[in-house]
Amino acid sequence: MSEQTLFKVTVDNITIEVPAGTTILQAARQIGGAVAPPAMCYYSKLEGSGGKCRTCLVEVSKGSEKDPRPMPKLVASCRTTVMDGMEVKNITSEKVIDARAGVVEFLLLNHPLDCPICDQAGECHLQDLSFEHGKSSTRYEFQRRTFKKHNIGKHIQLHMTRCILCYRCVFTADQLTNKREHGILDRGDHSEIATHIEKSLDNEFIGNVIDVCPVGALTDKTFRFKNRVWFLKPMDAHRDCPICSGRVTLWNRGDEVFRVTARKDEWGEIEDTPDGRPGWICNTCRFDKKHANDWVIEGPREISRHSVIAQGHYAGNIGTTLPTETFKAVNDGRAPHLLMDIHTESEVNQTNIHLSEIEGPSHGTTFNNNINNA
Amino acid sequence: MGVKLLLEKANVPGIRSFDVYRREGGYATAEKALKEMTIEAIVEEVKKSGLRGRGGAGFPAGMKWSFIAKPEGVPRHLVCNADESEPGTFKDRYLMEFLPHLLIEGLLISSFALGSNDTYIYIRGEYAWVATILEEAIVEATKNGFLGKNILGTGFDCMIHVHRGAGAYICGEETALIESLEGKRGNPRIKPPFPAIQGLWMRPTVVNNVETLAAIVPIIKMGGDEYAKIGVGRSTGTKLISACGNINKPGVYEIDMTISVEDFIYSDEYCGGIANGKKLKACIPGGSSVPILPANLLLKTAKGETRYMNYESLSDGGFATGSMMGSGGFIILDEDQCIVKNTLTLARFYRHESCGQCSPCREGTGWMEKILQKIELGKGESSDIDLLWDIQRKIEGNTICPLGDAAAWPVAAAIRHFRDEFEWHIQNRELSQTSNFGLQHYADPIHVPA
Repeated sequence: MSEQTLFKVTVDNITIEVPAGTTILQAARQIGGAVAPPAMCYYSKLEGSGGKCRTCLVEVSKGSEKDPRPMPKLVASCRTTVMDGMEVKNITSEKVIDARAGVVEFLLLNHPLDCPICDQAGECHLQDLSFEHGKSSTRYEFQRRTFKKHNIGKHIQLHMTRCILCYRCVFTADQLTNKREHGILDRGDHSEIATHIEKSLDNEFIGNVIDVCPVGALTDKTFRFKNRVWFLKPMDAHRDCPICSGRVTLWNRGDEVFRVTARKDEWGEIEDTPDGRPGWICNTCRFDKKHANDWVIEGPREISRHSVIAQGHYAGNIGTTLPTETFKAVNDGRAPHLLMDIHTESEVNQTNIHLSEIEGPSHGTTFNNNINNA
Repeated sequence: MGVKLLLEKANVPGIRSFDVYRREGGYATAEKALKEMTIEAIVEEVKKSGLRGRGGAGFPAGMKWSFIAKPEGVPRHLVCNADESEPGTFKDRYLMEFLPHLLIEGLLISSFALGSNDTYIYIRGEYAWVATILEEAIVEATKNGFLGKNILGTGFDCMIHVHRGAGAYICGEETALIESLEGKRGNPRIKPPFPAIQGLWMRPTVVNNVETLAAIVPIIKMGGDEYAKIGVGRSTGTKLISACGNINKPGVYEIDMTISVEDFIYSDEYCGGIANGKKLKACIPGGSSVPILPANLLLKTAKGETRYMNYESLSDGGFATGSMMGSGGFIILDEDQCIVKNTLTLARFYRHESCGQCSPCREGTGWMEKILQKIELGKGESSDIDLLWDIQRKIEGNTICPLGDAAAWPVAAAIRHFRDEFEWHIQNRELSQTSNFGLQHYADPIHVPA
């Protein structure tokens, strides 16, 4: 390895040496922190992914030591390889901040924002992205695009309305399974992820499309509406699986296993197994092994304390401290009334009402009308 | 009469057939190139000619050819981009329909120079009858030994395949074209790698426009230096212009790029003036994606100089007061045309043709269309103009391929030059539904005889 050429690259004034052929995004991720550009479509484990969402755009202020000219346009950092002496501006560039805010707005343009009933909420990359780089209001005043929900296969539901067309699931199905069963139909703003003429996805590894989906477009039907992710306790576990690595994260509440996912790293990507291969898991592990005694528990999974999932967790080295100003303390010892329990199905929050299909701001009347008409 | 290099023989009866084309001196240049010239000499002539790509970007063709990688044992390909789908552009159709053998001769010389044994013509699906003409011409050329194995005894093999597209504008972008040619969904690739390194089936590929490849024939025939003498500055040779809109004589014209825009519009040899005695309001000089120019900036540049029909003069002043040569789709708008409606039509086109791969273009084009539709229907608000400006700014330059730019530029230019017309539409909601903003200060400075 010592013979490998190392390139010096500077991202936001932090210099790092990386092997030739590394992308700007990977170099920035090695530095870590806020220097790493967000990525919605890029997935290091999937060949050919990236370049589409344009959230990772960066400014190259110096091309290389040999050719110091800056690049004329912002470049997609996930698909641009570093050159020796390259200087990159990410959060230090106003152009980048501006363009990224634009991309976030575009991505949210037709997104239903139905986070309160979406299973992905809490671990959704689009939520994180819009929280960090977006604005609190929209300038879009037209009807949003909606699609019908589709069941693709026994265990997966496709909700195209939430999709941001990152193509990750298409690459997953292409590269992980031996049949190509789904892809993109149509073009432009009405293009959609679809199976070929309602053909179901029943491949042994197809469940991984749920893990790669950055938003709530592909969800696990065995978990839909069962619980919110931040009420669950993630535990690392493994089992002796004949097909896959068997290394998973269990999401428990008490002793009950609510769902099983692959282990994800801090960038939301599948972790490698100790032998260096991506730790994709099979459908049996994901959908069928829902008992704690199917698994050998290794211990609590570390969750970044910035993640909403870390809230209320006491395990591991998360180090959550209880707030001193509790509701009770502030309220002169009176306990609060239950406000609205929106994490479960209730009278005001029915799963057959799609928030995205309600025009304009909705209130009680809208719901009542919907309930009466349903 | 200007110099005619491409369309010189277009009116000869039966020129579409091999025999007539050959009798008129056709394929003599190909014979000369294949038998007497080396590959390097041909590329050198093309470089000397200063020929610029005729598809829109105007990149020097000789330079593009010299970029092609030549790894051992890997076949190379030449692809002719005949997916001419830009609104207002129809010059390639004319060339292919009336002079198919000129294109094939150009393709043969170019294939020889680039070492391509399998050359492809990617033609848009709507040109169904043109594809048939090309296929017939290829059969004729093969029968007469100008295509196929061992052409003219030189040992060079070349076959030309006509591939029909399915009618997508995006497949005119070279990497999307290559994807489509490979049988995949026509999504542009992320560059680098460029096609000259990894193109069709990951082999080195050159993609050139129909007109560029046809222009190779006169270049080799007369020599690169002679060709470079025609025209002015870096705009060498002749250019086909497809003129349309409110003019008396719409059609395809070959110009030598020294003619002024004013002459081109008003002389009887070319457009023959504005139709019905109306006045000129605006012009889109290079196909729908280039910025629109109001009459006062079209005929004279911002510095007050005469504007000429060439690459440099049309782009004089940058996007602030200039436009682009583009693909040569010259669209004239007279005083009765509404800029808002025109911009809406273009925005609708780009929304429909966006491939949907990258988010700014997929979502932004639809948003711009909806806002323009709102303004056009008399429901606009004054904040909408600034919003449109902001959207186009966030699309431009942030997309994978130039379609995002092509969608943003017409909107940007329309607001830049015709902001008062947008404002009039918004302030006079009811009036704008029944009447037209008219000319105001974009008045045609040329006196038109009654």
